[in-house]
This record gives sequence, C-alpha cells and structure tokens, in this order.
Amino acid sequence: MNGVQTHTVVGHRVSRRKAVDQALAGYLFVLPALASLVVFLVGPILYAFYISFQQFSFLDEQSTRFVGLANYTHLFHDPVFLRALWNTTLYSLGVVPVQTALALFLAIIVNRVQGKTFFRVAYYLPTVTSTVAVSVMFVFLFQPQGLVNQFLALFGVRGPNYFNSPTFALPAIMVMAIWSTVGQFMIIYLAGLQDIPDELYEAASMDGASGWKLTRYITIPMLRRTTFLVIVMSLIGTFQVFDQAYVVSGGTGGPLNATLTVILDLFIKGFKDMQMGYASAMAFVLFAIIMILTLIQHYVIGRED
Amino acid sequence: MSREAVYRRPKHVLYIVAILYACVSLLPFVWSVYTSLKPTDEVFTSIVPISHLNFGSYTTIIHDFPFARWLGNSIIVAAIVTAGNLCVNTFAGYAFARLKFPGRGLLFYAFLAVMMIPSQVVLVPIYMLLAKLGWIDTYQGLTIPFLMSPFMIFLARQFFLGLPKELEEAARIDGLGHWGVFWRIFLPLSRPLLAAQTIFTFQGNWNSFLWPVLLATSQDMYTLPVGLNSFYGQYDAYWNSVMAGVILLTLPMIIVFLVFQRQFVKGISTTGIK
Repeated sequence: MNGVQTHTVVGHRVSRRKAVDQALAGYLFVLPALASLVVFLVGPILYAFYISFQQFSFLDEQSTRFVGLANYTHLFHDPVFLRALWNTTLYSLGVVPVQTALALFLAIIVNRVQGKTFFRVAYYLPTVTSTVAVSVMFVFLFQPQGLVNQFLALFGVRGPNYFNSPTFALPAIMVMAIWSTVGQFMIIYLAGLQDIPDELYEAASMDGASGWKLTRYITIPMLRRTTFLVIVMSLIGTFQVFDQAYVVSGGTGGPLNATLTVILDLFIKGFKDMQMGYASAMAFVLFAIIMILTLIQHYVIGRED
Repeated sequence: MSREAVYRRPKHVLYIVAILYACVSLLPFVWSVYTSLKPTDEVFTSIVPISHLNFGSYTTIIHDFPFARWLGNSIIVAAIVTAGNLCVNTFAGYAFARLKFPGRGLLFYAFLAVMMIPSQVVLVPIYMLLAKLGWIDTYQGLTIPFLMSPFMIFLARQFFLGLPKELEEAARIDGLGHWGVFWRIFLPLSRPLLAAQTIFTFQGNWNSFLWPVLLATSQDMYTLPVGLNSFYGQYDAYWNSVMAGVILLTLPMIIVFLVFQRQFVKGISTTGIK
C-alpha cells in the first residue's frame, strides 16, 4: 500500500513538472509578441490617452499642462478639423457604395466567364500597388492635358485641372480609391459566390426564374454577410485615408483644405504644429468612430447567427 | 443541370464587360510604362514614334538620384519586418493554440482588443519614444516597432487550432521537447500559414507610407514610397522620370504577386484582409 502511494505521488510530481514545463514553454513562445505589444502598442496607447488631456508639445515639454477635456471640446469648434471630418465622411460615402456595388457586379460576371485567373489578376493588380505609386499615376492621368481630359475632349468636354480645383480634387481621389481597392473586394465576393449551393439556382430555374431574377432573388440575398463584411471593412479603411491625400496635395491637404482628411490633419497638427496633445485627442475621436463601426458589425453579424 | 445551363443569357456581353473593366484596371499601368519610356518633351504627346522610346529615364533616376539607395532601404526594411513578424506571430499563435499556461485566455484577449484600435493612435507616442531612443531616421526605428501583428497572431492561432490533436502525442512518444514539437512537427505543416503571413506583411510594409514618411527624415533613409513622393514633388515637370520611379516601386510587388498569385487569392478569400 505504501508502495502504491509513493507511486501516485511520483506520478503527480511528474505530471506537475510537465505542466510547469509546458507553461514555461508557453510564456517563452509568447514573450516576443508580448514585449512588442506592451512597448509599442499598449504603453503608447495609454500614453496617447493621457496626453490627449494635456496641452503638450514635444519640443517644449516644460510648458505641458493639464487641460481636461479642452482638446476634445475644441475639436468640435475647430473649422479645420470639422472640414477634415466632413471631407473624410464624403470620401467614405462616395467610395464605399460604388466600390461595393462594382465589386459585386464584377464578381458575378467573372464567376461566369472562362479565364477567371486572368481577370482576377487584372482586377487585383491595383490592390497590390503602393498607394503612393497609384496617386502619382493618377495625378498624371488627371493633369490638365492628361489622358482623362484628352478622352473627355473627344466628346467636346473641357476637363478641369483636377488636383488644383477645390471641387474636383476630392472626387478624383475617390475615383483613385475605388479603382485601387475594387479588386480586393471582388475576390472576397468571388469566394462568397462559391458557397452558394447550385441546387438553389436549379430549384429557382425549375420555377421559371432566370437571368437577372436569379441574381436579384438568390445571389444578392445569399451574399448578404459578405456584403456586410465588405462594407464595414471598406468604411474602416476609408476613414483612415492618408497616403493619397498627402501625395496629391504635397502634404498640405490643399487646395483650400479640399483634400484634408482626419489622419492628414492629425499628422499636420501633431508633427508640423507640434500640438501633440491635440493630435492625440483627434486620434481618439477617429478611434471612437471606427469602434462604433466595428460594434455595428459585431451586432449585426451576431444577430444573424 | 449545371449552373451554365441555368443561365441562358448571351455570354459575349459578359466577356465584353469583363474585358472592358480589365482595360480600365490595366490602362494606368500601361500608360505609366509608356510614359516612362518617352522623351521629356513628348510626355503629353499621345502617340510617340517607337523609335523615340528609350530607357533613359530609368538610368537617370538610378544614376542621378538616390533611387537605388531607396530601393535598397525598402528591401532591407521589408525583409527585416517580414522575417520578424513571421517568427514573433507564429510563435505566439502556436503558444495560444497548443500550449497551456496560466493567463493564456486573458493574454489572447489583450491582443484581440488591441486589434480594434487604429494604428494612427500611437503615431505621436511612438514618435516620441523613438526620438528619446535616438531611433528616428534609423533602420531600428523603421523596423523594430513593427515586428508584431495581433491580426497575424490571431490567424496563426486559428491555423494551429485546426491541426489534429494526435500530433503532439506522437511527438512526445518520440521524446521531443516543446521546441522540438514546434520545430519538427508543426512548422513543416504550416506552409500555407507562413505563405499568407509573408505575402501580406511584405506587401503592407513595401507599400507603407505613413510611418516611413514620419520616421525617415533624411534622404538617405527614405524608403521607395517616401523617395518617390519627394522626387515627384520636386521634379513633376519630368513625368517620364517620375513614371520610371512609379514602375520601380510597383514592379517588385507585381512580380511577388504574380509568383504567389494563388496564395494571395486564398489568403484574401479566407481572411478578408488585404
């Protein structure tokens, strides 16, 4: 009996040692990621939150003072920020629906033709291209005597100097954004299309439905979740637009703040005007907007399940 | 009855639309290549005789401007960031999926929570931190803060969760330690995971502009996107050279894409990310 007891005690000890071993291995494997998380994300996020309640400039840290919510309240009276928020919203509302509809349309077409690989590659190529490269290409295409205006001239239309015009600069960036991301969403839609069972189409066509009716009553409703995912991803992405606006305006958001976006405004306030507390407050407002969009996504997807 | 038979609409309409959009999608590239080969005084001439086209702009930007240096910087930075992310994220994802340790769930949630926060929130504090470390305008500054991605950790965890449970048991019988199990058993099985991570991390970093335009302040440290932006700002009368720069920035990524095309598509369809 004594022998049995010793045996189980040893057994326990061995399995405990194994558990400790495994825990140790686990911590070691997670350690690099955890260090990075703490030093480069969590720490900075908390610090950003802290200085968003201060008047803070990196160049003049002595004059730092606590200002409570002043940065946040000031944001909503700051015509430049409000302009940036307005531009970004317009940009988002312009890009998201067109890009989603176009991606769906193209996916349905590509799904039904031969040479899928070619079309996928052709449509996706703009997505892998650097936004800076895309912006520069489009600035050239949209030059007063560039390709776009040469094309318009065929119809007797005299095109404007897009990126020097407060009216046309933002729409030109929207066109550029749609062109460069539609392929990505098309591929997500293509994947969604593969999940629709053939039987649905067969059953519907037995009932005499065809062509557009199949698309309208089967394809589009069956892709509801994909559409939702695409819209939310695209909203989040468009609210963070920066590169294009920076490149076409030389980092100013001009002409007349027509291409100033929230992130570009943040960049200018934080690193040109050195108002870092104010810039941080701006970042948290953006965070709140994105958070709301994400929560809506979770809520709707959760409700569907 | 197949899906093909169900749709009886004339197919050539579909082909015309598909080809038209392919033209829209590809024309800007073609036009950029074409422009980059034109002489400076003919950049706005639509039809330039073939005999006038040449690679002069490419030699100009490589010899007279630091494009080679910028290309080198981009390669160095993207390579370090990609390699670092591969290790860090795969390790963490593996631990979260396959090893038991106290606080595992909580830690994993911490990574998930941070995923929702837009990276621009840390622009100011990271800049200050790097300035205090003296890392602005250095390779360390351009790489070390970017070696981990919560989203990739999430992907890696999902991947390792999907592998069968018997794998560890078999390995234990062979007397492998925890590292051995990971290295000899799991890593050889995780090719698709590594491929997806490599592609998306490389792409994201190669094309990244916001961080390098902030952190690379001297011309010598510019990556290609930052360099191209500054070059185009100063020499926008020389569109052929600017376009040569565009192609230099675009071509490596297009080659990577064409080589790994299948993995790109698979990665996007399963993860929904870019």
